[in-house]
This record gives sequence, structure tokens and C-alpha cells, in this order.
Amino acid sequence: MVARKEIADHLHSARFFVVAALLTVTGVAAVYAAGGRIRDVASQATDDPSLFLKLFTVAIENTPFAFVNFVALIGPLLGIAFGFDAVSSERAQRTLPRLLAQPIHRDDVVNGKFAAGLAVIGMLLTALMLLVAAVGVVRLGIVPRAEDVGRMLVYLVVSIVYIGVWLAFALMLSILLQRAATAALTAIGTWLVLSLLAALIVQMVAGMFAEPGGVENAGLQQALGRASPAIVYEEVTAALLTPELRTLGVIMPEQAFRAVPGQLPLGQSLLLVWPQLAGLVALAAVVFAVAYIAFLRQEVRV
Amino acid sequence: MDAPVISIEGLTKRYGQVEAVRELDLEVRRGEVFGLLGPNGAGKTTTILTLLGLSEPTSGTVRVLGLDPAREAAKVKRQVGYVPDAVGFYPNLTARQNLRYTARLNGIADAEDRIAELLEQVGLAHAADRRAGAYSRGMLQRLGIADALVKSPSVMILDEPTIAIDPDGVRQVLALIRELRDQHQMTVLLSSHLLYQVQEVCDRVGIFVRGRLVAVGSVEELARRLADGRTVLEVGVAGDADAAARRLAELDGVKDVDREGDLLLAVCEDEARGRIAGALTGAGHTLLHLRQRSSHLDEIYHRYFHEQN
Repeated sequence: MVARKEIADHLHSARFFVVAALLTVTGVAAVYAAGGRIRDVASQATDDPSLFLKLFTVAIENTPFAFVNFVALIGPLLGIAFGFDAVSSERAQRTLPRLLAQPIHRDDVVNGKFAAGLAVIGMLLTALMLLVAAVGVVRLGIVPRAEDVGRMLVYLVVSIVYIGVWLAFALMLSILLQRAATAALTAIGTWLVLSLLAALIVQMVAGMFAEPGGVENAGLQQALGRASPAIVYEEVTAALLTPELRTLGVIMPEQAFRAVPGQLPLGQSLLLVWPQLAGLVALAAVVFAVAYIAFLRQEVRV
Repeated sequence: MDAPVISIEGLTKRYGQVEAVRELDLEVRRGEVFGLLGPNGAGKTTTILTLLGLSEPTSGTVRVLGLDPAREAAKVKRQVGYVPDAVGFYPNLTARQNLRYTARLNGIADAEDRIAELLEQVGLAHAADRRAGAYSRGMLQRLGIADALVKSPSVMILDEPTIAIDPDGVRQVLALIRELRDQHQMTVLLSSHLLYQVQEVCDRVGIFVRGRLVAVGSVEELARRLADGRTVLEVGVAGDADAAARRLAELDGVKDVDREGDLLLAVCEDEARGRIAGALTGAGHTLLHLRQRSSHLDEIYHRYFHEQN
């Protein structure tokens, strides 16, 4: 019941239109541009069986941004946007005591809000993927193989889980912090640190303990980076949408020397990122659990 | 006699070091309007929240309709309508949509007729499809009452129902409360710090000061108890007040006469009240003002409050 109302609220809200428009414009632009570049290289790449997936991973000319980067970047904002004032707005509008005086369980409120946010995000992302795939089919004139569709589906689910982490985080902040603005700033700050600055920070810290350029340093960087869900998500995305990727670990040039280029089947790619996937799901669950417990223990009047 | 609808025994609620409610005993009987009165911060809202299971008592027992709200919150909430202090509604939804949501949360599938009827009852039928964000405080308060009535409760709890609304709004809300008792046989518990506003609708009141209930009874009972068989009359006369004071002091049953600005305060035994006006006019004074003090709840409350200090 709570979820149903929340979904309706989200769909009618101005913020839904803003984020939907933002995602659509960037997503379609990225794929359109990628399509153009793929055409240029298509002559050499005709034997690439997963050309379709390139749509999502080839960057716009002169920028480091491909479709997947945009989703990785804007996705967390989506989660934050639908969560940061979930509970604090009920307090500000003074509707929380009235809501809790109805014969529902107290956890129905948090559950409903989380489920609603996730449902709206799921709808948005699914629609975006379909739209982008359609643009790709029209622009490239190639139809994705079943394997590509499978990879895209897994990518979609993983993306929803990843955004779910941020949604749960924002929801938690909306419970713990009184003011929606504080919660939004905290969430966005965390997002900046974990996604945009993470690589920089990791590089710096690793540099303090190991000689830059060495294998040790690279290994350390990777280990540290995995503390950030943003980097974990990036790894998963890369493995899923780049079938050529065989390992996420550090490879020496001599190891790759004369390796036969080939593609991993979806099952093997999944195996590669299984720990990361499990980690993301667990993180979403843990953050949500914290939010849940905080809400149940909180006094109605704070 | 019926079992009390609400019974509280030895309720204590502590927030950290602060004791919001101390050893509270209270009973509300079926079909009465009970006023929980006291200054802000006296623990009224805390008491109400424990009645709804929204806050757990530190110690003591609370029963609402024979149920323990801490354990059977859902059952209690199904039968108790609650209008919180400064009630709020989703500003983007219309009044009707807000009530529809409440109905759904209560598992009432088709509530359209009931909602229309309730909006009519609280005088908001004309604004039913306006967004709640455009409602005035008084309208929100009445919508709050309609909202609490959606589930057809047998008990209504109203926290500060007259706060921040204009005198006209207060009258409308009080008329509604009276209607709930008289026509729907509901038990009503309301809290307020604006004593004189609610004294006329309350069958019994409890005076609540700093977490303690210092007095319970009907307004008249409290007045009588405090006055100890005596009454203070405010007397205002035109012209020579000193002469009037001397005349009053001579009267049988008048214990004492004080001055308070232009007014004379005559402390007298109850049965002497009737003689005062006649005595003054008989002595040639023109009576401008005559009022019995201390039946007024505000004064009762002030005196209880000062006794505590």
C-alpha cells in the first residue's frame, strides 16, 4: 500500500521528469555517438561477434564517456534523488505520526519506500535500455544475438542493484538526518568521494606503500579500489559488456603475449565477477538493514 | 459499570535523563470527552503516543479497549482515530486523495461514499478536490478529524486540536467533537494547553503539570475542590469603590475583600454569593461587573500550577 502511493508520487513528481530527461538525453547521445564511431571502425571489426555491445562501451569522440559511464555516473544520483527525503519529508509535512497511527506495521513504511524507489528506478533503466537498444539497431543495422541480450539483461539487473545501494544509503540518511538538504548533501558528497575521487585517492594511498608502476602497486590499487562500490560496479560492467575481458586482476605484458584473442561465454564472464556481484547485493542489503533498524528504533517525535 | 476505555497505571516515560511522564494514573470512561490539560512540555503528547503504541513506556501499564498498545499496536490503531498535534497532509494530493490513502492503509476497499460523507460532516465538501497544500490550518485540523474518522473508530484521540487556528475554526472543531460524543457515542481524549477553549466540551479534565497529573475531575468539581467551599467574586462598581468595599466586608459570609486595580475581589462562602449584588445596589452602588473567579479553568490551572512550585 505504501509502495503503491510512493510510486504514484514519484511518477508525478518534477524530480522524476528531471532525472528521466537527464538519463535519456545522455544515454541516447552516448549511444548515437558510439554508433557513429563503430561505423568508422566497422570495416576492421566485421568479425567481432559482439559488435552490438560496443554501443554501450565505446566512448563519445574526444571524451572518456560511454553509455556505461553515464549510467555509472548518473545512476547513483538517481538513487539519491528518490531516497534522500523519503522519511524526512514525512516529518517535515507532519504526516509521519498520522501515517504511523494507521494499522500498518512500522516497517511497512521503510519497506514501501525502498520498494517504490527501486521499482521506479527499475522502470526508468529498463525503458532507457530498450530505447538505447532500439536506437542502436536503427543506427547500426545489426540485431543483438541472444548472448548479447543476456549480457544486457544481467547488466540491467546489476545496475539496478548498484543504484539500490545508493537508494538504501539515501533512505538511511533521510531517517538519520532531520533535514532533507543535509541528507542530500551528505549523499552527494559520499557519491563524489566514492566514484569520482576514488581512483585518485586509491592511487595516492597505494603510492605511499608501494613503488608506483610496479606490480605490487597495481595490486594494492585494485584491492583498495574494491572498497568503493563505484569501482566494484565498474569492474562488473566491464566484465559483462566486454566479453574479451578474461580477468579483472593485474596482467603482465608477458602473460598476455601471444594470447589468442577470444571471447568468454556469458557464464564465464559471470563467474569472473561473481564475488563483486555478491558484494554489491550484500552491501545494498546491509545499508538497507541499517536504515530499517534506525527507523524502527527512532522515536516518532524527534 | 463499563470497563474504562483507556486505563493507565503507573506510567513513566523517560527520554535519557528527562522524565517526560511520571507515575501517571488515568482512566477514561466510555462515551466521555476527557481533556488532558497542561502547559507545553508537560508530557501530554508522550502519553498519547504510548496510548497508540508509537512510544514504549519505560514502566507502567497502558490499556486501550483492554489491549496493550505496545504489543497489539495494529489492533489498537484499527479502533483508535488519532489527530496529531499540527496534523499534516501530503500537499500534492487533494483532500479526497489523502483520505483515500488512509482508507487503503486501513484495508477499506471502497471508501468513496464514506469519504464524501466525512468531508461533508467536517464542512470541507466544497474543497474536497483542492490540494491539501492550499488548505488553511483550520481546514487541515478539520481534515485531520475526517481522516481519523475514516476507519470508523470507537475512540478518538486529538492532540492540541485547537492550536494555531482562528476562533471561528476553534468553534467548528469543538462543535465537531461534541457531535462525535453525542451522535456517534465516541470516547474522546483531547489534549490542550488552551484551557478555556476546551473546558466547555470536556466532561472531565485532568490537569497535567511536569509529567504528573495533579487533579482529575469535572471542571466544577475542580473549582469546588480548590475553592474549599469558598468563592472569589470579582466586583466592579461605578464611583466610590472604597465605600463598596466597606459595604461588602460588612456582609455576612464575606471573609475578605481585596483590591485588584478597579476590581474588588470578595472572598465569600458559596451561599453568600447571591446576596452581594443586592447588597451593593441596595446601598446605592451601580454594579458594572460581577464574575465568579476560579470556575474558570485557566485560573484553576494557574493555581494548581503555582501550588506545585
